Amino acid sequence: MTKSPRTSGLRSFVARRLLLGAAQTVAVVLLVFALTEALPGDAAVALAGDQPDPARIAAIREAMDLDRPAYERLADWAAGLTHGDLGTSLASGRPVSQYLGDGFGPTLLLASLTLALLVPLGLGLGVLAARHEGRLVDRLVSSVTLAVYAVPEFALGVLLVTVVALKLAWLPPTAVGYGTDLLGHPAALVLPVLVLLSRPVCSLSRLVRAGMVDALAAPYAVHARRCGLPGARVRYAHALPNALAPAVQQLARTADWLLCGVIVVEALFVIPGLGTVLLNAVAERDVPVVQGLAVVFGVLTVLLNLGADLVAHRLTPRAEVAA
Amino acid sequence: MHDERFSGLRRRGFLAAGTGAAALALVGCGNGNGTGDDPADSGDGKPAKGGRLRAAFAGGGASETLDPHLANLFADAARAKALYDKLADFGADLSAQPRLAASWEPDKTLARWKVTLRQATFHDGRPVTARDVLYSYRRIADPKQAYRAKASLEPIDLDASRATGDRVIEFVLKRPTAEFPNVLAAFGAYVVPENATDFDRKPIGSGPFRFVSFAPGRSAVFRRNDAYWDGAPHLDELELVVVNEESARVNALLGGQIEYAHELAPTTARAHEGKGQIEIVRLRGSAMQAFCMKTDRAPFDDKRVREAFFLIADRQELVDGALSGAGVVGNDLFGKGYEYYADGLPQRAQDLDRARALLKQAGAEKLKVTLDTSAVAAGFTEAAGIFRDQAAKAGVTVDVKVGSKDSYWKDILDSGTLCCYRSGAMPIEAHISQRLLTDSTTNATKWQHKDFDALYQQAQATRDKAGRAAVYERMQRRLYAEGGFLIWGFADWIIGTARAVKGVETEAPANTLDWARFDKVWLA
Repeated sequence: MTKSPRTSGLRSFVARRLLLGAAQTVAVVLLVFALTEALPGDAAVALAGDQPDPARIAAIREAMDLDRPAYERLADWAAGLTHGDLGTSLASGRPVSQYLGDGFGPTLLLASLTLALLVPLGLGLGVLAARHEGRLVDRLVSSVTLAVYAVPEFALGVLLVTVVALKLAWLPPTAVGYGTDLLGHPAALVLPVLVLLSRPVCSLSRLVRAGMVDALAAPYAVHARRCGLPGARVRYAHALPNALAPAVQQLARTADWLLCGVIVVEALFVIPGLGTVLLNAVAERDVPVVQGLAVVFGVLTVLLNLGADLVAHRLTPRAEVAA
Repeated sequence: MHDERFSGLRRRGFLAAGTGAAALALVGCGNGNGTGDDPADSGDGKPAKGGRLRAAFAGGGASETLDPHLANLFADAARAKALYDKLADFGADLSAQPRLAASWEPDKTLARWKVTLRQATFHDGRPVTARDVLYSYRRIADPKQAYRAKASLEPIDLDASRATGDRVIEFVLKRPTAEFPNVLAAFGAYVVPENATDFDRKPIGSGPFRFVSFAPGRSAVFRRNDAYWDGAPHLDELELVVVNEESARVNALLGGQIEYAHELAPTTARAHEGKGQIEIVRLRGSAMQAFCMKTDRAPFDDKRVREAFFLIADRQELVDGALSGAGVVGNDLFGKGYEYYADGLPQRAQDLDRARALLKQAGAEKLKVTLDTSAVAAGFTEAAGIFRDQAAKAGVTVDVKVGSKDSYWKDILDSGTLCCYRSGAMPIEAHISQRLLTDSTTNATKWQHKDFDALYQQAQATRDKAGRAAVYERMQRRLYAEGGFLIWGFADWIIGTARAVKGVETEAPANTLDWARFDKVWLA
């Protein structure tokens, strides 16, 4: 019973955050619509390509309903959205939901695999470095993570493909031809996941290390040790949760980044995920598809950040949750 | 190394290249060298039957379709030609070769053509008839749609044209069209079965391969059509996969994941040519590279200024720099090596003194012009930078302006004065009709001259081929002297194949019949 004020406080926090998130998503969608409209050329021009016969462009524009004012098209699209219809692609006439569905599978697979490896690796390395603060292990872990962090994904990707796939022929260089059945070809996933892992592991382990070092030096840890608690218990039951709060936020950002399409990795390894869909849609000025992606990305970002805040709150109940 | 960052740019580059070379076929004609698929010629040994070939193309993402009339990109064209046939297609010199049409015969006026179909069947066993052809052409010409080949079919009066037998069509044209076979070979003018409307689920064509499966933006799988009229393909199966990044295409090829990679960069080709790991095939004369001068406005409304610009260009430097050497220099005329090309004109070379003198005569000393370019095609921005430096030596200040790649072709059509330009292979006659007549739809040089239009009409009304050639020669002489296209080079189209792939035709500019022709390819 004593818990109820806190629970209701949390509930209203969640409700406020969800409302705010909905508003943010709407704002993102409007902004994306405005920006896409502001780009030079429209879907008709993009489709006409190097055959920009004005009559042909006009015909395409009419067929795509692009001759109607922008606000009308936006209103129609929004009306459809209220009953779950994301509209149809200008370029192909296929439903936008199909675009999102097709692209989401590979993206989700890559993201989950990466996160599943990222959490233990990042935490492990961070804790390891913190335990040996200032000693050889720490310096080794720290310098390697900093060095890897400095390498952009595409450079690492090209390097890995060249060495591991082409020179040593241990793994396939791309996922070409596997379509959505990536799980059936796990070898093709190794390199992309490695590239995706590389930088997040570094940032996460750095954060965990810093948090652990701080926490282990904090008065409560010193006190706990003075009271004779075993070192492992101090480290994992007391210091680690405090060190994790910032790491959870970082993890949410990473998950967001992974789910919203990692264009470089998708292009390099030929994985047709959401990043590829977005790239094509923008190039084709396929506004409904871009809009659909904006909605998905907006909702994902809001939910992930909310989730991270709740976890952080759970880990460090005393810290104020920022609403 | 930054390329991967800008994969989008690169990819759209490919697309535009696709549409570029895809623009290809309009109206034209001729009768060029054979298809050259005779294995004895190629030294590849005896064709072996069987196997599955995977070929990678840059593609159009999740919006792709198998509707052959919507074909726009190289990937679309490769899929369409596997499943479907046209009445005619282009040989290596861009002359029309009969395909589904067994023969064509004009009447005296050149405004009525009798086309007889060969005996061919669709994949479901139905014969290809005159009605299927008329249905296909009427579908393309539908005024409510914007199919790419519509402009090409414009000379045909489809209401008056009719089937005079199961396999005989009488085409009635709106005016004499000596190059009518070029219309039959037009890009995207594929023959589909009568009343076909759904092409993505179970497309039925008459082509060398039958449909198996299709995932837009990913892959299309086809199987050998044993009943193909031009001989069954050697391969059992063909998979066309979409790989937008050039580096990924190369990696997949080197890693044995594909056997054929379309469109490689010249630097890639150099790195792997003769190394024994993969084969590099260069399709010469595939992409014309040019600067476009708008002849209807200052400073290029003065033909002395245009000539000065012709003389400013150091073509070899442009080919070496912008195309990494993968190409040949141009002579300000379209279609080097194609039928009717005026190859008797002297090769133009840089002459800065003469250029300066011409500019002085024209009162255009200290001239400043803006050169529009964009990352829309490989080598564009490089060519612009090189030309800027060359122009500076003649006292001309060129200001390079980089525009949006997605709307580039429309942006440069009517505005600006000078821009980078490229074109895929098409008959010279089609280049003229699309770009150099008063009512041409994509006249980017604003070359509008009634007497020039009249020459074109004269050529189209000339039955005798030698007579036509003489008229085309006159037209080309005029363009050479004072046209708006500064055509500085022709780029190779570079393909990489696994060593086991045999029978890949090398004399086949992109989008001709033997380009991406997988029915004549085999795995050794």
